[in-house]
Amino acid sequence: MDINDIIKPENRIYKRPSLLTDSHMHYCPGCSHGVVHKLIAEIIEEMGMEESAIGVAPVGCAVFAYNYIDVDFVEAAHGRAPALATAIKRLQPDKLVFTYQGDGDLAAIGTGETIHAANRGENIAIIFINNAIYGMTGGQMAPTTLLGMKTATTPYGRRADLNGYPLAISNLVAQLDGSCYVTRQSVQSPAAVRKAKAAIRKAFENSMAGKGTSMVEIVSTCNSGWKLTPEQSNKWMEEHMFAKYPLGDLKNV
Amino acid sequence: MAKIRGAVTIEEERCKGCNLCVAACPAHVLSLQPKEVNNRGYHFAFMSSPEKCIGCSSCALVCPDACIEVYRIREE
Repeated sequence: MDINDIIKPENRIYKRPSLLTDSHMHYCPGCSHGVVHKLIAEIIEEMGMEESAIGVAPVGCAVFAYNYIDVDFVEAAHGRAPALATAIKRLQPDKLVFTYQGDGDLAAIGTGETIHAANRGENIAIIFINNAIYGMTGGQMAPTTLLGMKTATTPYGRRADLNGYPLAISNLVAQLDGSCYVTRQSVQSPAAVRKAKAAIRKAFENSMAGKGTSMVEIVSTCNSGWKLTPEQSNKWMEEHMFAKYPLGDLKNV
Repeated sequence: MAKIRGAVTIEEERCKGCNLCVAACPAHVLSLQPKEVNNRGYHFAFMSSPEKCIGCSSCALVCPDACIEVYRIREE
């Protein structure tokens, strides 16, 4: 059978989600952000919430998330996305409110907002992309950078006596009474992508059910910052990141 | 016996040649163009051995730029 007999609309089993806009993403080749954007677009489409979803974009590589996902978006000041999402959700409780933040945004300058939003049990979903580096500004050390990991500001590797220890902020959030669902996922393989999709969908459903704060941490790669190819960085992530940031549900109430 | 056949289409201009789909494909269907590049200068992915495709959508799931669409039929 010829290949053109297979490529017909009725045989299509996977297509680009219609909520992704036509603009080309500015992310580096192989960046995990693209996969997570795609998952969010698919989930909002499947839930039929195109008209009632409001995202809060961070400062960082994902600052242009509003250009790529065709739902309402608000751009927050650096680290303040959970505070802004709190206001939106309290004023419009029937909307699906989610934040999309990186580790430099959520775990560094926005630690206070994150912890207090989760502690108040705000009914928002937090998508947290943890790639252990500040990608947008050129690969400096982030609070989540692993010990011994080389970055632009720790050229000989992160030292515990000088720079402190990597911060597992999902574990902190999981201890708070206001959070209902805290999980850590990754998107480097097809199986992991499917699991991450189920986790984000559950977080969105929790938000609509008013169960409390949900947080989905995606352990991801930054191949430009790590100075590796996309494939090598996936492998490096599996070998090194998963030891400090093991995958799985940390809290599921 | 019924056989599953698959095929993918790749939006060449959107592809950034990250090679993740090539690595994720269990049937070794995809490759990056060795010489040809798209308008942005990336060696985009293509089906180098289309007859092997099983339509599992692994490539589409891991594609960060969502440029892969997957088709599948059951061949009697």
